[in-house]
Amino acid sequence: MRKLLVSPAPHIHSPENTRRIMIDVLIALAPSLLVSIYFFGFSAIQLVLVGAVTCVGVEYLIQKYLLKTEVTIQDMSAAVTGVLLALNLPPSSPWWLMLLGSIVAIGVAKMTFGGLGQNIFNPALVGRVFLLISFPVLMTDWNIPDSWFRAGVDASTGATPLALIKEGLAQGHTVDQIMALYPDLSYFQMLFIKVGGSVGEVSALALLLGLVYLLVRRVIRPHIPVTILLTIAVFSGIFWLIDPTQYTDPLFNILTGGVLLGSIFMATDYVTSPMTARGMVIYGVGIGLITMLIRMFGSYPEGISFAILIMNSVVPLINKYIKPARFAKEVKNG
Amino acid sequence: MKKTFALGGVHPHDHKISAGSAIETFPVLDRVYISMSQHLGAPAEPIVAKGDRVKVGQLIAKPSGFMSACIHSSVSGTVASIEPYADLAGNLVKTIIIDVDGDEWEEGIDRTDTVVREITATKEEILKRIADSGIVGLGGASFPTHIKLTPPPGKKADYLLINGAECEPYLTSDHRIMLEMPEQILIGARLMMKALGVTRCLFGVEENKPDAIAALRQFKASYPEIEVVSLKKKYPQGGEKQLIDALIGRRVPAMGLPIDAGAVVQNCGTALAVYEAVQKNKPLFEGVVTVTGDCTEQQRNFRLRVGTPLDKMLDAVGGLPDKAMKLISGGPMMGKAVANIKAASVKSTSALLVLTEEQTLRKLQTQCIRCGKCVQVCPMGLEPYLLNKLAKASRMEDLERERVQDCIECGCCLYTCPAQLPLLDNIRVGKAQVIKILRSRPKK
Repeated sequence: MRKLLVSPAPHIHSPENTRRIMIDVLIALAPSLLVSIYFFGFSAIQLVLVGAVTCVGVEYLIQKYLLKTEVTIQDMSAAVTGVLLALNLPPSSPWWLMLLGSIVAIGVAKMTFGGLGQNIFNPALVGRVFLLISFPVLMTDWNIPDSWFRAGVDASTGATPLALIKEGLAQGHTVDQIMALYPDLSYFQMLFIKVGGSVGEVSALALLLGLVYLLVRRVIRPHIPVTILLTIAVFSGIFWLIDPTQYTDPLFNILTGGVLLGSIFMATDYVTSPMTARGMVIYGVGIGLITMLIRMFGSYPEGISFAILIMNSVVPLINKYIKPARFAKEVKNG
Repeated sequence: MKKTFALGGVHPHDHKISAGSAIETFPVLDRVYISMSQHLGAPAEPIVAKGDRVKVGQLIAKPSGFMSACIHSSVSGTVASIEPYADLAGNLVKTIIIDVDGDEWEEGIDRTDTVVREITATKEEILKRIADSGIVGLGGASFPTHIKLTPPPGKKADYLLINGAECEPYLTSDHRIMLEMPEQILIGARLMMKALGVTRCLFGVEENKPDAIAALRQFKASYPEIEVVSLKKKYPQGGEKQLIDALIGRRVPAMGLPIDAGAVVQNCGTALAVYEAVQKNKPLFEGVVTVTGDCTEQQRNFRLRVGTPLDKMLDAVGGLPDKAMKLISGGPMMGKAVANIKAASVKSTSALLVLTEEQTLRKLQTQCIRCGKCVQVCPMGLEPYLLNKLAKASRMEDLERERVQDCIECGCCLYTCPAQLPLLDNIRVGKAQVIKILRSRPKK
């Protein structure tokens, strides 16, 4: 006798699944990855490989032997965490630094909360901030390792543009004077190749390409990156208009210090960002504001990692109180 | 910018593979099974008995209350029995079973193709003809049409909206009737406008049916009061609340009806039935049904008598394919899975769809990754992930506060969820319980 299935509607499902989304994120990261391999050569490959393998391995070990639950590494989320963490480290980082960061990212930030979907803080950023606080020297060592791809190309500067500016301002120079000292700080250079900085932020253009891919594939919505960038632009713009000698202009602020990497790939992490469009806007504005406050008034030259983590902690509140626009504008009585 | 509804929605592949097949008349079978519960409300009461001779279009059951509808015989022959018969879900409902003998129609039914344009009936006569012809909403809910066309005291309709969206994948019956009988549908719309006493009518058709839009628009000069609007393709555009939002930009209040937004929505198939009832004196006993599926040998559109068993419909497209896993009455997003293949068609049957395992079997559930896609696609602006959790925990007060009662069960959330969570399955259970609580509360 033939048997037919009877179950409630809907009877079809979109081709979307978690693994497919994670693979899309990796594809979106590919341009940045290729650019950094071109510039940093083996060290970039090494960091990414160590990151991905360690994150997946730690998740596997914890699920299999510690929690004794189903192993879900095939969803690729751990691999994405590993790659993202690698892109957030200085190119000269030793492999063991990457290993340690990955263990913290997956073991502490993700699995202790219950694994995928349960963590409050972005695992890759927890890994990065853990390393930044524990190994401040290594994590701000912007020396550029040799690459066999660009042998002969002179990598003239190692420090990040934000650090150069902050240092220069502290010494009493104006922004224009500092810029004149470092010809590498041109917008053109930052858009295509910005050698000083972490592995993933070499080329703003490559990151923007990733953003376009994520938007086209509808993996993320534009709300978070757009509000972060707009907030930074407006906030820095106001200060810049007041005193251009002491404050850098909006474009400079957007193109430097991991803002693009952070707003496109880190702040948009599903698990740790709000569920509603309205919530995403509040979250994005918060990240933009905190980033600028840290940059201008804090002791770190860069602040987006901390800004995202701080706003991560607000997300449960946002989800509780910020409701989506309901269809019905009024409720009929009786 | 093409018009559409503001919130949410999804874009499933439309698979309108039967769109090119012209409507064919389905052969009359030896035996039909006419259910007494083909409409929302109380079942109809049979007025014939075993052994009675009936003709095509003869009244065989009368309404048994305010919310009920007439039922007519779809064949001529002898009443074999009146007994409980399993419907497509397997529930037993009172059914008149008729053994077919010839095809003798009731006198007075105009069987010609002549289009009767002149409207002579008064408002009251139109409503009476609609009620006497047993017309119910053919968009899915089977709400008795004459009741919908009589707004409660104190309410007034500004617009009649005709639903030609056909936003469900695979379905092409509305498409075919708009293409093949556009003027008849427009006359039906005009009749309903007269019954309602409205001067404005918008006719929404999704843009993936340009030929139907063109067919309707060629009569623009003769029917200037009816505006055919091309809508952006998006599911669930054919939902009443969504269509009202798309066409006139008004929002039906929560727990309210379309009339609270000054609109009455009728399906284009209903408009055709109204035309046939009023202008051709033909009661509702047949309709156009799409029988389709990627795995069936053929994909066809039939004009089918009410009470035709579903397995006979399948035989007409090459039988049940080996690969078939699920049989659906209606579309893949909101249709009902068929538990009884011997069940018979009803007035509002619009399609019989065959899906394969690959197309319909749900994948393994994974963890919620809090992507927010369910919130993004919900056309009612709800948070399905949250409702799912609350429903599983039976937190009724929280469910009510989060407006589970607004859910239209369109299935966008479940369709979209990358973790394959059974969101709507759980929400539906919670919604039913909350609605029960709301109904038991004394009215203010």
